[in-house]
Amino acid sequence: MSTQKHKDEVSGVETTGHEWDGIKELNNPLPKWWIYTFYVCILWSIAYWVVFPAWPYFTSGGWKHTAGSFGYTQRGEVSAELEKVAEGRAVFLKQIDAMPIEDIAKNDSLMEVALAGGKATFADNCAPCHGSGAAGGNGFPNLNDDDWLWGGKLADIQTTVTHGIRWEADADTRQNMMPRFLDDQMLTREQINDAAEYVLSLSNKADDAEAAKRGAAVFEANCTSCHGADAKGNQELGAPNLTDAIWLYGGDKATIVTTVSHGRGGVMPAWGTRLSGSTIKELALYVHSLGGGK
Amino acid sequence: MSEPAANLETLVAEAVGAASAASSSALNDDSAVAVNSQLNRPLYQSRIKVQPKLVHGTFRRIKWLVMALTLSIYYVTPFIRWNRGPGMPDQAVLLDFPARRFYFFFLEIWPQEFYYVTGLLILAALGLFLATSVAGRVWCGYTCPQTVWTDLFVFVERLFEGDRSARIRLDKEGWSLSKLARKAGKHVVWLLIAILTGGAWVFYFADAPTLATQMVTFSAPITAYIFVGLFTATTYTLGGIAREQVCIYMCPWPRIQGAMFDEESLLVSYKDDRGEKRGPHKKGSSWEGRGDCIDCGQCVAACPMGIDIRDGMQLECIQCALCIDACDEIMDKVGRPRGLIGYDTLNNRERRKAGEPLRFRIIRPRTIVYAVALLVVSAAMLIALANRQTLQLNVLRDRNPLFVTLSDGSIRNGYGIKIINKDTAAHVFHVAIQGPEGASLAGISAEEANPTEVEIGPDALKNVRFYVSLPKDRLSALDGGLAKLSFVVTDETGRRTVSETTFRGPAQ
Repeated sequence: MSTQKHKDEVSGVETTGHEWDGIKELNNPLPKWWIYTFYVCILWSIAYWVVFPAWPYFTSGGWKHTAGSFGYTQRGEVSAELEKVAEGRAVFLKQIDAMPIEDIAKNDSLMEVALAGGKATFADNCAPCHGSGAAGGNGFPNLNDDDWLWGGKLADIQTTVTHGIRWEADADTRQNMMPRFLDDQMLTREQINDAAEYVLSLSNKADDAEAAKRGAAVFEANCTSCHGADAKGNQELGAPNLTDAIWLYGGDKATIVTTVSHGRGGVMPAWGTRLSGSTIKELALYVHSLGGGK
Repeated sequence: MSEPAANLETLVAEAVGAASAASSSALNDDSAVAVNSQLNRPLYQSRIKVQPKLVHGTFRRIKWLVMALTLSIYYVTPFIRWNRGPGMPDQAVLLDFPARRFYFFFLEIWPQEFYYVTGLLILAALGLFLATSVAGRVWCGYTCPQTVWTDLFVFVERLFEGDRSARIRLDKEGWSLSKLARKAGKHVVWLLIAILTGGAWVFYFADAPTLATQMVTFSAPITAYIFVGLFTATTYTLGGIAREQVCIYMCPWPRIQGAMFDEESLLVSYKDDRGEKRGPHKKGSSWEGRGDCIDCGQCVAACPMGIDIRDGMQLECIQCALCIDACDEIMDKVGRPRGLIGYDTLNNRERRKAGEPLRFRIIRPRTIVYAVALLVVSAAMLIALANRQTLQLNVLRDRNPLFVTLSDGSIRNGYGIKIINKDTAAHVFHVAIQGPEGASLAGISAEEANPTEVEIGPDALKNVRFYVSLPKDRLSALDGGLAKLSFVVTDETGRRTVSETTFRGPAQ
């Protein structure tokens, strides 16, 4: 490196003194606007350190960082935004909270809010068992159809969602029991077979008319207290209708025999402790709107 | 400073010197230099300000008229009212972004009908092609906003600083109170025009009288001020400062237009066959053996683009025709026929040289193609507009679940239907189905008295859910678990629309 200032003859620009194979580096300064922008950026960054969280430091309690005079955090921003959303919804939620569920169903603008809210809540909480389209599955009722175990009126659905079914932690839960007729030695295998034939005959699917006839007596003695003399069930007790086309666990003979032999006892959680009253109302309105509501 | 610039400065100095020397002559010549001609504009040359001189004549008058007309359209349009009935905006031209509507007099366009706007743009493009193939850059020269506003800004400049020679002198002299006042006055008026331009723009996007009041009382939405600021800045910069540079460097049209000209297009041109050989002419001396161009430089002085039309066709020329007026003034003074510079075609130049009669072939294959395309698109737009549906129906069949078995064994499908009422009055719509025999329609609530009647307000749409059920003993109507089903929506005025969908059940 030379100490003497040297000018390039062609361009008239000072060189840095660096030279490679006869090629000299010209000392063209950075444009002024660039330099000043750079200085402004430096000042900006210093101000930034003061007002925003910036520097980490170590204390006995672990790593901390300077909080900044604005007190800004991204977490705080998110919760502020969520609060704003909740404020906007509060107007409707208050009305939904205060109004009887049957009246909400008659109010178009509230229904719009309730159905949208109910749909989202359903997807978050109910879809794992009942399916995203509420079509259910084996052991999990289809909520689109018009067959209801515990009633399909708005109030019935609201009660079922709030207290659940066979949910022990809830004193008001929907409670019933399909007995284990074989396991508890209440009926013999033959009697169960006959009863199953009888149940099938109610929907004209019986193969063995003789057995069905014998089964009628078994049914009369053991099943009518819950399912009714006409086998159409009882929603007060949560006893299913055995004459229709809808089967929770399956309507073939083997499944019916299994059901009668070992009993059934599906559980639905009580949502009253997890979801707010207005959310459960929205949920009930949504389920009711799926097409089977009574 | 690079070498050529120094050259140019001497050139300008010489020219000004020549002008003062020639000032005694009858022409009061101010020998202009075409600062933007190819010759005088090397690659690294910084811009030399163009100082167009005021001319008088036919084309200047046409340009004033076009300026008055286009500016009036721009400023007045948002304030034109158009009654669309109660609850609807009464502004004739309105781009309503919050409500997602475009209103244009009798037209009302929803976002999904944006193809009408596309059609309008295609029409505008074809119109531009046709005009260009007939008469060159008439759009650039007369009606382009850049030209109109620059012309307006130069007009203001002339009011404060005088005409070309006065302006050149003013720019050269040192700062004085008078110079400061003139310059400041000009910029203030420019800014006012710019603010009004930006101000008028926002009126197309909101109710103009309301917004105007809000703007003045400083209660308008912040977006309005931001856009006024933006358009003020661009108008001031493009019209006042950048001027011809926008056309030369920023605009793509000069690059495209070459494809639209041909030998029969009417272009503003210098008739070199008549003008050459050019040179100064003394009063009373003979015109024999020389051209009509007396090299007075008036065409250059008048040019807002800073070029010399005598260099021939060039990208910088916006064909504003001001050089025609400038030259005609001179031709009148020296007693030669007008039209040394005028609208001319390349073929006519050849015909003159060959001594053939001049021909103006406006109707030729190129213009016919553009005109026919223009007519076809216009007709298609008119037909589309005449058949525009004010009632629309969208049907979306539930896919989760595909179908539901009911307790009596019948099969039910769910449908979300969207009825769009584009009419400006509320209507009651009756929903019905056409499909497999025995199929029945129901709303989501069994208690509703008339679930198949839907009331929809003016210019609104509604989503409604419907269920269609098919009894167990009719399931044989399904072919492979599938049947055709149509939703039919009618209103009390007789409007009717049909949307086809399917009904699904178990494949048997």
